[in-house]
Amino acid sequence: MEGLKLKLDDLQKIAEQEIDFQRAYKYRINVCCSSGCVPFGALKVLKAFEDAVKELGVDKECKVARTGCIGTCSVGPAVLIEPGDYLYQSVTPEKTREIVRDHIVLGLPVKSMLYKNEAYFTKQHRLVLRNAGKIDPSRIQDYISAGGYSALAKCLATMTPQGVIYEIRTSGLRGRGGAGFQTGQKWALVSRAHNSPKYIVANLDEGDPGVFANRTLAEADPHAIIEGMLIAAYAIGAEKGYIYIRSEYPLAIQTLQKAIAQAKAMSLIGDNILELGTFKFDLELRFGAGAFVAGEETAILASVEGRRAMPRPRPPYPANSGLWQKPTLIQNVETLANIPLIIQNGGQWFSKMGTPKCTGTKCFSLTGKINNPGLIEVPMGITLREVVFEIGGGVPDGKKFKAVLVGGPSGGCLPETLLESPIDYDSLTKVGAIMGSGGIVVIDEDSCMVDTARFFTEFCIDESCGKCTPCRAGLAREKEIFDKITHGQGEMSDIATLEKSSVFIRDASLCGLGQTAPNPVITTLRYFKDEYIQHIVEKKCEAGKCFKTRDEAEE
Amino acid sequence: MTTDDKRRIMLEKILKDNNYKASALLEILHSAQEIYGYLDKDLLMDISGSLNLPPSHVFGVVTFYSFFKLRKQGEHVVTGCLGTACYVKGVEEIMEAIEEEFNLKRGGSTADGKLSLLITRCIGACAMAPNIVVDDEVIGKATKEIVIEKIKQTLGGIKAET
Repeated sequence: MEGLKLKLDDLQKIAEQEIDFQRAYKYRINVCCSSGCVPFGALKVLKAFEDAVKELGVDKECKVARTGCIGTCSVGPAVLIEPGDYLYQSVTPEKTREIVRDHIVLGLPVKSMLYKNEAYFTKQHRLVLRNAGKIDPSRIQDYISAGGYSALAKCLATMTPQGVIYEIRTSGLRGRGGAGFQTGQKWALVSRAHNSPKYIVANLDEGDPGVFANRTLAEADPHAIIEGMLIAAYAIGAEKGYIYIRSEYPLAIQTLQKAIAQAKAMSLIGDNILELGTFKFDLELRFGAGAFVAGEETAILASVEGRRAMPRPRPPYPANSGLWQKPTLIQNVETLANIPLIIQNGGQWFSKMGTPKCTGTKCFSLTGKINNPGLIEVPMGITLREVVFEIGGGVPDGKKFKAVLVGGPSGGCLPETLLESPIDYDSLTKVGAIMGSGGIVVIDEDSCMVDTARFFTEFCIDESCGKCTPCRAGLAREKEIFDKITHGQGEMSDIATLEKSSVFIRDASLCGLGQTAPNPVITTLRYFKDEYIQHIVEKKCEAGKCFKTRDEAEE
Repeated sequence: MTTDDKRRIMLEKILKDNNYKASALLEILHSAQEIYGYLDKDLLMDISGSLNLPPSHVFGVVTFYSFFKLRKQGEHVVTGCLGTACYVKGVEEIMEAIEEEFNLKRGGSTADGKLSLLITRCIGACAMAPNIVVDDEVIGKATKEIVIEKIKQTLGGIKAET
């Protein structure tokens, strides 16, 4: 198959062949081999399954596949057996033989090893993660048989670039990177820009600690990202694209490299895509090097150009003057993975999901003090309570829920009273949080909110690029105040100073990092002020995190 | 041929593959760090000359990104994940225990150069938090006892300096 110059009709043929090939197997054992499960022995489990089906003589009817993330990262290695989607948890190589013998040979699922938490999946809606855990990301045929690249073929064969942009506009899709800008509108801007060549940059610089949704997507379904990029490139008239990915994600890098090579070999990327003679596109990976600010859209451009990832003032916007001063479309990879679905099913179909102003779904990494941490995808508009208590199963060990941090280190800490807030860009902004790149961290009574705010401030100081004063100096001053308060030297006037400086930093900073960095401070002051007062007046930290001597010794 | 010559040939190939383009600086630095282990002054001067970039530019880029290392690392590297999920789940306590047990500070190495302790802002295995990486192995749901035992094993059973 490699090296075959694909024509339009061939896609259908490959899909049919692959479906026939897969139908020959009665069972399929999907072993999650993403970064969440590999450290805990997933590759050994994969090998053990391959051996077990051979030993028990069922290798003709049972396919063992290496797949991406199934989502239940806390009980890895996770294994999904089709048909019927039986999900096994915490599988070890020793258990594989029993599973194959009972489930495959005898047809009796091993109930004691199955994942018990049904509620984890019932409230989810897996669109972007449609193939995650189901297809082998290293085989392009798997993706094609799941309908992959048919949206690209549809665009090239039957739609004009304007038609594509129209569908995306109709869908109401908003950028999943955090700011929530209308995707269709962005494409129209780049498409209208008079300058060439045009570029497209896919943002996979998932720098938010506590967030791994984009990585998981790249590891589970790399071709969905590539297809989304190709369609975007066709719509805006770009001939060159870059995927900017964190160097901390070696498996995602490998998976994407392989996927790009396969797509190139089949002329899905190259000078004459699908042999139509109308569309060419080249795609390269670019590696980040550990800078949170590089996720900002002007900073990512600087980094792709090989410079320090420092944001610059806008305008000019990247749509007019981006990479090497040429029109550039910057899009988060999750946004791109939505594109093929919208083209296949139409913008109208997509616009009916989620809320009217915020359509579709959103992937979240659900972590912290929660019973079922993992990767989830939920419709926009679902409430935080549903996510934390129904999907997440609430706080473990009988501890009391204290706060939920939404939107990464520059998101907001929300108390229990705000759990009814729906998850969408506007509602989250209203209560002081942000969508960010999709991190939800649950905090219980063991954490101190003053210490939490201090921790995030410290993170933002580390990651501030230092270009503009409010962010560089303002955050450092806030950290000094936090150090005072957490060492028993706080004064009541510190609260007002923090409130005032946070607003300054937010309003006067150049880029998104500085503008959102004070969010944890603002929200903890708004919702947990009594803890600050307790620290200052009573010199007491109920969670027992502050007033430690070690820090004093360090000073 | 000395090791240095071999490394220089590998570097030259990387430079050539990237057409000596200034825009490929990050990729070249990544490869250089892979080849040499860390980026010292002579190496950076060499790269700056090859790409026809001012040394200040190259040095500025290297120090901006936390991934690039200017100093030689210890024989074994322990990295604590200080991402949000790990912090909430108590990674700080484990880090303090490692610092105390092996008598080093985060960002530094032991006097004998056997062990370095680094921090990273999230390795993305948040569901298994807290995570500590010992060389290339991720220890999920880590406790200080497990981690210290693992580090001792890695160091070859040599009793740690206290």
